[in-house]
Formats: sequence, C-alpha cells, structure tokens
Amino acid sequence: MSAATVTTAAEVVARVVDPELPMLTLGDLGIVRGVREADGAVVVTITPTYSGCPAMGAIRDDILAALRLAGFARAAVRTVLTPAWTTDWISDEGRAKLAAAGIAPPGAASRRLAGPVPLVLGGRAEPVACPRCGSADTERISAFGATACRELRRCPACREPFEHVKEI
Amino acid sequence: MSFDNAAADDAYEALIDHDDDARWAYGTGFADPLAGVSTDLPPDVDRDDLVLYCLMLGDDALIMSHRLQQWVTRAPELEDELAIANLGLDLLGQARLLLARAGEVEGAGRGEDALAYLRDPDEFRNVRLAERADGDFARLVARLLIFATWRLALLDRLTASRDPVLAAIGAKGVKELTYHREWAAQWVVRLGDGTELSHERMQSAIDAVAPLTGELFHPHEVELRLSAAGFAVDPSLLRPEFDAVLDHVLRTATLRPPPPVSPTGPVGGAGGLGPAGVSVGSAESPVGGAGGSGLAGEPAGQSAAGRVAGADRLGRGGVHGPELAEILAEMQGLARSLPGSVW
Repeated sequence: MSAATVTTAAEVVARVVDPELPMLTLGDLGIVRGVREADGAVVVTITPTYSGCPAMGAIRDDILAALRLAGFARAAVRTVLTPAWTTDWISDEGRAKLAAAGIAPPGAASRRLAGPVPLVLGGRAEPVACPRCGSADTERISAFGATACRELRRCPACREPFEHVKEI
Repeated sequence: MSFDNAAADDAYEALIDHDDDARWAYGTGFADPLAGVSTDLPPDVDRDDLVLYCLMLGDDALIMSHRLQQWVTRAPELEDELAIANLGLDLLGQARLLLARAGEVEGAGRGEDALAYLRDPDEFRNVRLAERADGDFARLVARLLIFATWRLALLDRLTASRDPVLAAIGAKGVKELTYHREWAAQWVVRLGDGTELSHERMQSAIDAVAPLTGELFHPHEVELRLSAAGFAVDPSLLRPEFDAVLDHVLRTATLRPPPPVSPTGPVGGAGGLGPAGVSVGSAESPVGGAGGSGLAGEPAGQSAAGRVAGADRLGRGGVHGPELAEILAEMQGLARSLPGSVW
C-alpha cells in the first residue's frame, strides 16, 4: 500500500459522519488518532468520547463500511483510551458547523494544574453565546440532553431554546 | 452510501442514507468495549489480584448504574431524569471497561456479559453503598454525592497506576465523575438550603446514608497488595479529600455533619457481625459502635493489619445486604432464563 493510498484511506475515514451529531465528520470531531497500513490492511485508531457512549460501536461499523465502499476490503479499528478525548480536539470547521446547525460549540475545556478536582457549585463562569442571535446572556435549562455530550440552554433575548456541546 | 454530509440539506438526512442496519442496532451485538485496546499486562502484576480489583471497581459502577436506571420514569422532572440516565450510562460504560479488563486478565473466557449476568451475589465485590435502595430523591442525591466524591478521588489517583489500562480508565472516568459530583452536590445544596421540609428530608437522607461511608475507606487485602505494588489505590488515603469536599457541600447546604459512624459501616465493626455469611446490611444505624470520629472518621494509628481486619465481611469481600440479590434478580433474570439469547 503506497503512502498516497494510506492518505486516501485517511481522507475516507475523516469524512465519516458522526451518528449523533451528523453535521460533524469524525475529522471535525477529533476522535481519529491515526490511519496507517499494517500487513496490507488499513488500521484506524480512534479515541472514545464518553465511557458509555453507545455511538462508538456505530462509529466503528461506519468506518469499516466507508473503507469497504472505497475499496479497502481489509481494515481494522483500534481504540486508544489515553489521552482521553477532549472537546478541545473539535476542529474550528466543526465548531462552525455546530453553530450553523443551532448547537453552541464548546468553549475551552478547563485544565487542572495539580491537586484535587475542584468542586463547582455555582455553575459555569464562562458564558455560552446563543447560536441564533449571538446574545451572551443565556441560561441553562438542564445540564444533560439527548446525548451525553450536550446540555439544554435557552436564550432570553431571542426566546429560543438551544443545545450546547459541553466542555470536557 | 454517501458520507458527504455537506451535500445534504438537512444534516440528519445523512443518517438515513446508509447501506446496512448496523447503525440502529444499539443493544445488539455490542462490541467489546476494549476492542483494539492494547492488552499488555505488566509482567510483575498478580493476575488473580488484578482480576478481583477490576471486579471491585467495575461492580461499584455496574450496581450504582443499575440503581440510577431504576429512577428512569420516576424522576421528579424531565431534566433530572435526563441527568440520572446520563450518569447511569457513564457508569455503565466504566463498568463495561473494567469487567472486560477483568475477563481478559482472568483469561478463562468470561467476557463482560458473563461477569455481569452469571455471577451470584457473593461474587460481587461492590461496596454496599452502591446497592442501597434510595426510597426518595434526597436519598438518591445524598448517596450519589458520597459515591461520586469517593470514586472521583479514587479514579484520579488511579491515573498513576502502573497498569496502563487502569490508568486510562481512571483518566476517562475523572472527567465524568466531576460532573456527577457537581449534579449531586448542587441538589444537596438546593434541598438543604431550601424550605424547612426539604432541609429536614435532606438532613435525614445524609444521616441515613452516612453509616455506609466508613466501608469506602476500609481497604481489602487485594487493594493493599496492589497499591503497594503501584497498580491500585489504597482507599484509606482518600479520606482527607473526601472529608474536605463533603464538609464544604454540607456547610453550603446548611446541613450538619452526620453522627459518627463505624469505620466499617453496619456490618464490620465489633459486635456488628452477623453469623458468618449472613448479611445484615439493611441496618440503618451504625452498630459497630467502637471508633470513628465523624463522617468516614477512622481511628488514628491503626496498623495495616488492623485496617484490613473485617474487610472480608464487607462488600469488597462479597458480603452484601438482601438488596443486592434483588438487584441481580432484576438485572440477570433475562440473561439467565434465556442463556445466549440476542435481540
């Protein structure tokens, strides 16, 4: 398998659509750690998003199906657990696609320097801008939504509810 | 099949255009959660100990997850139903990773399903806090606050494990438990610092759950051996962080600390033991009596041997209350009555 062929395979993988946020590709989501060739097969390495995310199995199947359709009959998907996925790996293009679909993209994930994980009792300090009208003055309805990665918010300015991909 | 989502007018249309049913097959033929993860094992680890340790941490998550799932359709508000279901899903994910790792290290052909569905209560290694039924919403948030605070401190230290798989599971879990603890703490504060009635019920929930706290810090010999070798976490070291967080939340919630509890909870303390193998975990008040100086208080200066004493009679040793048998009857019923069945 030539280097160009591996690059083609990598492009096919990067274009696979996320099953729960279908405006994003796996490339946008930042879960593809690498695509390489081993013994004539394409080996794709991905990072799971959440421990219990039921989409991971579907993503694995979709990667294999996309590679098969592109002519890569022999392929395998490997998982790496570490370093753990962070929303910081969502690409700028991915963030723009989320916003265009009415979903507020995540801000920067907090970085812990040392010591115990700090407890936050008062909610997040970082404002989340409304993806429709841009108002920064939005409120949380629920810290959880239809999938593990999203929360529900509302915008008092334009009176619309919207989803926000939580920083992790 | 097109994977070019940019071409679709509606982003969700990209989901309809596919060539097989795999995408909608959630619940069918689950892939091994450790599929493709390196299965390397540190050469000097005691395999039997590591299997038991993975079961301990995995069973904590599995049983707690099941208790959370029982709240689905019963939560007071839709938003909290979503929260509880999400937290349960995270814990189920952690359980799958840990049970799969246990099965893999054991090497006897038992996968995550066999370990979850085909073990009897005395083979489960979860702390008894995980199996306790909640009764009301205040009990749920009290129990979850204590569980998540403890497990977060534990998994945070597990990231330094010499077993790369345990370290990675720890790192992933820390992110999740951070918001589990937050959700529970915010409810404890809202109810504790709420009306007279909510305050009273939150206080009684904290007092009711507290006796099960001592056990969380009482190491089993497997935990001590593996932590000495750099693979596991000695739970007795988690106490200062746990106490600091609990104290902060309770003060913010205007709640008072619960009465002193036995370091081992209802079963383990002097005079608190039932006949060998008989579970007495349903007691609501501490019966250990001796020792303990506050929530999770431990008598100072105990030797390692002293700390281990009695651990075999706690959840880590496979001794549980009748509630675990009830959970397993529900959780395992289908898998046991129709072995090997698929959807």
